[in-house]
Amino acid sequence: MADPEIKSYEPHHESQSAAVTESRPARLALMAVAFAFLGIFLLLPLIIVFNEAFAKGIGAYTEALGNPDTRSAIRLTLLVAAISVPLNIVFGISAAWAIAKFEFKGKAFLTTLIDLPFSVSPVISGLVYVLLFGAQGLLGTWLKAHGIVILFAVPGIVLATIFVTFPFVARELIPLMQEQGNGDEEAALSLGANGWQTFWYVTLPNVKWGLLYGVLLCNARAMGEFGAVSVVSGHIRGLTNTMPLHVEILYNEYNAVGAFAVASLLAGLALVTLVLKTLLEMRYGAEIAATRGH
Amino acid sequence: MEVRVANVRKEFDRFPALHDVSLDIKSGELIALLGPSGSGKTTLLRLIAGLERPTRGNIFFGDEDASHKSIQDRNVGFVFQHYALFRHMTVADNIGFGLKVRHGPSRPPAQEIRRRASELLDLVQLSGLEKRYPAQLSGGQRQRVALARAMAIEPKVLLLDEPFGALDAQVRRELRRWLREIHDATGHTTVFVTHDQEEALELADRVVVMSQGRIEQVGTADDIYDTPNSPFVYGFIGESSSLPVKVENGEIWLADRPIGLAAPNEPSGDATLYFRPHDVELLDGCSGCIAGTVAASRRVAGTRRVELEIGGERQRVEIELPVDHPAAQKSRVAFRPGRWKLFPAA
Repeated sequence: MADPEIKSYEPHHESQSAAVTESRPARLALMAVAFAFLGIFLLLPLIIVFNEAFAKGIGAYTEALGNPDTRSAIRLTLLVAAISVPLNIVFGISAAWAIAKFEFKGKAFLTTLIDLPFSVSPVISGLVYVLLFGAQGLLGTWLKAHGIVILFAVPGIVLATIFVTFPFVARELIPLMQEQGNGDEEAALSLGANGWQTFWYVTLPNVKWGLLYGVLLCNARAMGEFGAVSVVSGHIRGLTNTMPLHVEILYNEYNAVGAFAVASLLAGLALVTLVLKTLLEMRYGAEIAATRGH
Repeated sequence: MEVRVANVRKEFDRFPALHDVSLDIKSGELIALLGPSGSGKTTLLRLIAGLERPTRGNIFFGDEDASHKSIQDRNVGFVFQHYALFRHMTVADNIGFGLKVRHGPSRPPAQEIRRRASELLDLVQLSGLEKRYPAQLSGGQRQRVALARAMAIEPKVLLLDEPFGALDAQVRRELRRWLREIHDATGHTTVFVTHDQEEALELADRVVVMSQGRIEQVGTADDIYDTPNSPFVYGFIGESSSLPVKVENGEIWLADRPIGLAAPNEPSGDATLYFRPHDVELLDGCSGCIAGTVAASRRVAGTRRVELEIGGERQRVEIELPVDHPAAQKSRVAFRPGRWKLFPAA
C-alpha cells in the first residue's frame, strides 16, 4: 500500500522523533543496564586476566612466557594460523567468486554449507576428524600403512582450524562481491585483460578492505580456537599444544601466573583485532559488506 | 570495420531475448539501437561485443566470423551505462589500463601509456584531470573518461550502452553533440543503445528500432519518422493518433461516413488509420473529414493539444491546434490528416 504518511516513519539520524523518544530516566536506566552487563561480563574478566598475569610481578610474567612448553605452544599457534589463514583466503575468495559472479546448480547448497562451521559445535567438527583419520577411523588403516600422521599432530590441528575458520573470509566477501556485480570485470575484459589480470587489477582491489576484515576475524578465531583443536590435538606438551590448550593445562596444574600470562597474550590479540576491526569499519565501512553474521 | 549480424538468436534460460535478428553496420557509421526496455537492444550490443554468445547465428567483423571469438580478441571499445570505471585507479590509470594489460612487444612502455592517456584526455576535453579518482568526477566527466578508456585500445568498433542514461537533461544534450564531434573526428564505427528517441534521431546516421526481441525498422531519422513501417514504430517514434476505420472501394470510411481520404491500393476491410497529431488540416464544413467534440484541451509549449471524441463510439484522438485557433475553444472540430498511413486492423 502506497501510504504517503509512511515517510514520517523513516528513522531520523540526528535525533529520534518525539514519539519514540524515551523519558530521560528510562534512557539512563537502559544505558546503565547495558554498561553494567558489559562491565561485569566483558571488561572485568579482561582486567582480571591481566591482573592475575602480573600478580607476582613482571619477572614471574616473563619467566612464565619463557617456559619452553609455553614457547612451543606459541610457536604452534602461530604456525597453525600461518597455514590455515592463507588457505582460507584462497578457499574464501574462490567460494565467494563462484557464488557471487556466476550461476550454477547447487549454489544455494554451497552457500548453506559455508555456514556449517558456524552452526555446528566445534567439538563435533573435531570428532569428525577423529572418526575420519583416527586409528579405528575410515581412513585410519590406510594412513597408517602409508606412514601419514594426521591425528594428534600438526596436520590434524591445522585441518580442524581450517574447518572452524572457513566461513569468515567467504561470508565477508560474498555480499560485497554480489553488490559490486560484474560491471568492472566486464570492462576489464573488454579492454583486453585476461582472467588473472582482471582478478589482480580489478576484483581484488575492489574487495581488499572486506577481505582484510575477514582475514582479521579468521586469524583471531584460528589463534583462539579451543574446542575442535582440543579433540584432535592429544594435548602433548611441547608438541601439539596450542596456546588456548596450554592455558587450560597450566590452569589445571594450579599455575595461575603461567596460565594467565598466556591468556594475556590471547587477550592482547583480541584487543588488537578489535582496534583494527573498528578502524577498518570506521574508514571503509561502506566498502565492507553490511551483513554481519558473526 | 563493417559489422554484420546474421540471423542471430539469443536465449536466456530458454527465454528468447532476440529472435532471428540480422543487421548490417557500415564502416564508420554511427548507428543507434532504439527501443523500449526489454526490446533486446542491450542484448544485441552485448552480443556484438562478445559479452554474450549467440544461441544461433553469426556475427561478422569484416569478412571474419567473430561469433566464437572472446571479447578480448574482438578488440571492441565498450562504454558501460554506469561507466564501470575502476574506482581505485586514477583517471590516467583507468585510460591506460587497456594498454597496460597487453603482453609482450604490443605493450607500450609506461611513459608512452601516460602520453596516450593525456592525449585522450585532451580529446575528451578533460585535460589536467589525470590524477583524479573517479569518485572526484561528475557523472558527465566519468562518462567522458569511460569513452577515453574505451578508445585507448584503438578499437575496431565502439559500443556504447545507454551512454547518457544516468545524466541529467542538459549534460545529455551537451554530451550528445560532443559524441557526434568525436565520432566525426575519429571515424570509429559506433553503435549505441538508447531508449531516448530524440537522442537516437538527432545523433545517429541510422536508427534501428527494436521491439520484443525483433528489429522493426532500420533507417535514417527521416525514414523512421516519415514512413514508419509498422504500428509499433508509428506509436513509438514521435506522437501519433490512431482510429479504427474501414476501407471500401479505395475509400476510407469512419463508421458510416467517408473521411475524404483515398486509398486506392489498400484491400477492402477493417484497418487502423495512423497520423501525427500536428500534421492535420483543419476544415470548416464537413463533407469528407473527421469531426469530433472537444473533450479535453491542454496547452503544450507552443501549441494546444485537444482530445476529440469522434462519432457514436466516442473514439478519442489527439490533434494539435495553434494556440489562438478558435477551434480550440469550440466544441466541434473537423479535420483531415495530412500525412497518414493505414495498417491492417490488429
